[in-house]
Amino acid sequence: MAAVTSLDVATIRKDFPLLAQVRDGKRITYLDSGASALPPHQVVAAMATYQETTHANVHRGVYATAERATHLYEQARIDVGRFIGAAKPASEIVFTKNCTEAFNLLAQSWGLANLGPNSAIVLTEMEHHANIVPWLQLQTRLGFEIRYLSVAEDRTLDLSNLDQLLDGAALLSVTATSNVLGTVNPIAELASAAHAAGALIAVDGAQAVPHASIDVSALDLDFLAFSPHKVYGPTGIGVLYAKAEHLDAMPPFLGGGGMIKDVRLDGFLAADGPQRFEAGTPPIAEAVGLSAALAYVSGLGLDAIHAHHRSLTTYALSAIASTFGDTVKVQGPADGPNRAGVLSLTVDGVHAHDIAQVLDTYGVCVRPGHHCAKPLMRRLGVNATARASFGIYNDRDDIDLLVEALQATVTMFA
Amino acid sequence: MADLEELYREIILDHYRNPRNRGELDPPAIRVEGFNPLCGDEIVLSLAVTDGVVTDVKVGGSGCSISTSSGSLMSAAVKGKTVDDVRELLATFKGMLSVGDEGEHDPSVEPTPVNLRSLGELAALQGVAKFPVRIKCATLSWNTLAQGLDEIAAD
Ligand SMILES: Cc1ncc(COP(=O)(O)O)c(C=O)c1O
Repeated sequence: MAAVTSLDVATIRKDFPLLAQVRDGKRITYLDSGASALPPHQVVAAMATYQETTHANVHRGVYATAERATHLYEQARIDVGRFIGAAKPASEIVFTKNCTEAFNLLAQSWGLANLGPNSAIVLTEMEHHANIVPWLQLQTRLGFEIRYLSVAEDRTLDLSNLDQLLDGAALLSVTATSNVLGTVNPIAELASAAHAAGALIAVDGAQAVPHASIDVSALDLDFLAFSPHKVYGPTGIGVLYAKAEHLDAMPPFLGGGGMIKDVRLDGFLAADGPQRFEAGTPPIAEAVGLSAALAYVSGLGLDAIHAHHRSLTTYALSAIASTFGDTVKVQGPADGPNRAGVLSLTVDGVHAHDIAQVLDTYGVCVRPGHHCAKPLMRRLGVNATARASFGIYNDRDDIDLLVEALQATVTMFA
Repeated sequence: MADLEELYREIILDHYRNPRNRGELDPPAIRVEGFNPLCGDEIVLSLAVTDGVVTDVKVGGSGCSISTSSGSLMSAAVKGKTVDDVRELLATFKGMLSVGDEGEHDPSVEPTPVNLRSLGELAALQGVAKFPVRIKCATLSWNTLAQGLDEIAAD
């Protein structure tokens, strides 16, 4: 393995014009990459170049520009496949609208074909609604059982009854990293437990893919979903990886143009491969932007990014603990290798919305709310947290300002 | 931080720290729930109406300083008023925050010139108009109240 070099944040920041802006005399301290990471100039430029020089619909034209557009789109698929270690990069990646649609596709295609009244799937209490609601929707149609791994007091997954829950289950669908707690789940262990029980494993990589390298082949994952806009790419595109043996057996999800081999008045023949799931004109410019984003993060090195986030997390957790004691709580596991840079803050007597409001006067952008994880919020006994999440452009100054702004919040509401 | 002080006036912080009329009423008072899906605020409003007069109101649930203080201020303001007066107050309150009939804040709409004096302590919430995302927090209790009044009227 190559030596891990650290990130040169000052240089990186030059690629993000949004961070150079001054609003009401304050610079913007962006601590909301967990919701959406800023796209670097390189991503915006790649999309603009495509739009200005190569715009055409894909898979249809024979003229040179259309062929080039198709090539760029299919190359993006391969880039994504390689980025996550897919064995067959050209035929295991489906482009969707976002991570949420990837789960809907999984439920409505694989789920509809493989689940029934006597089957069961296993989720966890810490899932984002994207990995709960599509299954609940399908459950009302098919009547299968949904079992949940619970969240332990130390805010990791309680795996004590894992084998029992997996017994007879068809699928374990679990997030790699919690978007609220920052818990990094033991995906390799979960994948082998699922397979040993005869279940498949689907992983929500929305919060994990931006922070560490994920190799679907090494981990032996059946499905992986993630959102490019959290990996410094554009909004409007999502990714579902499905191992070829599953993808090839899955029925289509959305119907229309692009996903067919033939259509007659009384029936249709679905296309092969990922195209079977890509009805209508796909997000072409976004795919081009995604390629550029993956090239950008690969250039920095995922190991360096991971080390950077680890070091910011350690710094932030200790700064908050030493400044505030028990007044400001960080909901999530203690610091350690399996603690990601997602800090969900709660302050007794101060609502998350008010925390975020005061922080905004310092130019500090954090997210208040339930973070689309209401079952987890109920488990934690809170109705909202103010979440700070780190990206490649953050440094210790950002955390110092966060602490200063939190101090003002506590003073104001004390 | 002039703006923040406009938002978090002393009256608001006071009603947040010591909300009035907390709790729930027993039937026949009706119970209405309101949610702000954006931030997870929840309100449970109990409402007793006799002969067209709001005789009692209690507020439960949990929320931010703006939604909690708004619920508290509202409960104090509507108790003892006729339903018609309460509806008028509701319209005036929404006018102060530039909230249209559809319940959405429309920044292009000038705030309705309202008689702030008729709002009494409720006028403390006028600073919220400058913070569009917080308007939903200030109107949650009022929208829940309107829902309750509609339910009673439909009976
Ligand atoms: C863990 C997790 N899963 C799924 C999603 C959904 O992503 P998107 O909104 O892009 O579909 C998010 C982000 O909001 C997330 O954090």
